[in-house]
Amino acid sequence: MADDTPKIRMRDLHKSFGTKQVLRGLDLDVGVGESVVVIGGSGTGKSVMLKCVLGLMRPEQGSVEIDGQEVLTMAADEREEVNRHMGMLFQGGALFDSLPVWENVAFGLLAQKRVGRPEAKEIAVSKLAQVGLGPEVGDLFPAELSGGMQKRVGLARAIAADPDIIFFDEPTTGLDPIMADVINDLIVKTTREVGASALSITHDMASARKIANRIAMLYEGRIIWQGPVADIDHAGNEYVDQFIHGRAEGPIKMAVRA
Amino acid sequence: MNILQPIGRVFLGFLRTTGRLSLFTGGVFAHAVRPPFYPRIILRQMIDIGYFSLPVVGLTAIFAGMVLALQSYTGFARFSAEGAIANVVVISITRELGPVLAGLMVAGRIGASLAAEIGTMRVTEQIDALTTLSTNPMKYLVAPRLIAGLVMFPCLVLIADVIGVFGGYLVAVYKLGFNPSIYLQNTYDFLQAEDVNSGLVKAAVFGGIVTLMGCYHGYHSQGGAQGVGRATTNAVVSASILILCFDYILTALFFTQ
Ligand SMILES: Nc1ncnc2c1ncn2[C@@H]1O[C@H](COP(=O)(O)OP(=O)(O)O)[C@@H](O)[C@H]1O
Ligand SMILES: [Mg+2]
Repeated sequence: MADDTPKIRMRDLHKSFGTKQVLRGLDLDVGVGESVVVIGGSGTGKSVMLKCVLGLMRPEQGSVEIDGQEVLTMAADEREEVNRHMGMLFQGGALFDSLPVWENVAFGLLAQKRVGRPEAKEIAVSKLAQVGLGPEVGDLFPAELSGGMQKRVGLARAIAADPDIIFFDEPTTGLDPIMADVINDLIVKTTREVGASALSITHDMASARKIANRIAMLYEGRIIWQGPVADIDHAGNEYVDQFIHGRAEGPIKMAVRA
Repeated sequence: MNILQPIGRVFLGFLRTTGRLSLFTGGVFAHAVRPPFYPRIILRQMIDIGYFSLPVVGLTAIFAGMVLALQSYTGFARFSAEGAIANVVVISITRELGPVLAGLMVAGRIGASLAAEIGTMRVTEQIDALTTLSTNPMKYLVAPRLIAGLVMFPCLVLIADVIGVFGGYLVAVYKLGFNPSIYLQNTYDFLQAEDVNSGLVKAAVFGGIVTLMGCYHGYHSQGGAQGVGRATTNAVVSASILILCFDYILTALFFTQ
């Protein structure tokens, strides 16, 4: 495998729901060890893009390669094997509310029968410590946690199996600015610690600047601009300019009828 | 022209649902017989579906048995055929009322809670999260519930049979003045293995229907809290209707030669 094979390579992805075309030919690469953040307005299809990569949705057209391997046409068990090397932090946390926190964190390890329950609990406690939560949190249930703590537990679960790729779906949405910054720091720290590549989506520019090596902007189903974080302020693209300054006036017209 | 359009649409919708449901059912059974198995979850579901349904099933059964004895007494007294009460009670309970009433009661209890639980997991992305943690949601969520339903429904119905017959006995002996040992003797003499067995087969089928409907509607729910509410209603209504349909079909298979 050539050294320049990207970790994730998306080409010409198309996905629509009924008559609504959400992705219309999306191309994006994530290099090995790189952290790419996709920005874009609400409802532009950022989550749909992630779900296509994770195999939770099937695009009508296009290709997704992971480590140079086409994953869209894989058999289910091969796909499961690929997913073992991925971690995902969902927008709403998506913690299993019937299980205590530690079992949530160790879920992937237990599911893959990599370890027994006592050992899984130890690993869970150490992952919780990595995201700044004490061992007593492990025995609580997700419903007993605040939003920020749920995000941290979600993060601990995403990194528990030492993934090669981590996905973050709006990690800071719904948090206060300080907690958002704490989560950003944790994302940077933990991805570095496990040495993973990261693909994140957000509409929070502070978060994007902090966690990205490279930023890409999704608009009308395509990536319309991408470049290093440092370039974002002089991108020379009026869509990007309007978005990062949060102006109502500009080329991006908010769809009033969705 | 205009009248054909809605009919066609309903018909197509029906075909689509039937197709999706068959695929779902086939998929669940395929997953249920292949590892990995989840014994902890199966056990927990068995307790939920079986043990915690005992009060509602027991109450239903005892009143059904009591009413049956009372009704058949007022009817049969006209023909001086009061002796047949024990017979009527035991046959009706084991063949029909045990499985159907227990099935309908548990459809309300379990069908609704399965649809709500799995539907909430769907709309809060917990089902997606399972997939990303290399766990197949059909195997982890649906198959254990189906297995628990198939096993626990017959157990519940067996208990309902005993309690129902006991209800009939109470009314016959304490209200209608029957001789206890003759009543029990009558019950026992009339009862055939086929009556109980057919009821247990029905129970297993109903257990499959209730758990599959609950899981199917929950699994395919969309659109937030409202969608989960709709899934819950659909699960209970479709399970109840299917129970009654399959009751007829199974009765026809068992008892008409
Ligand atoms: N399962 C689905 N069924 C129908 N429409 C969907 C589904 N998932 C997403 N969409 C639509 O796709 C569009 C993009 O959604 P999403 O990717 O969640 O946006 P965001 O960029 O805010 O994450 C939205 O308009 C949404 O209505
Ligand atoms: Mg989203």
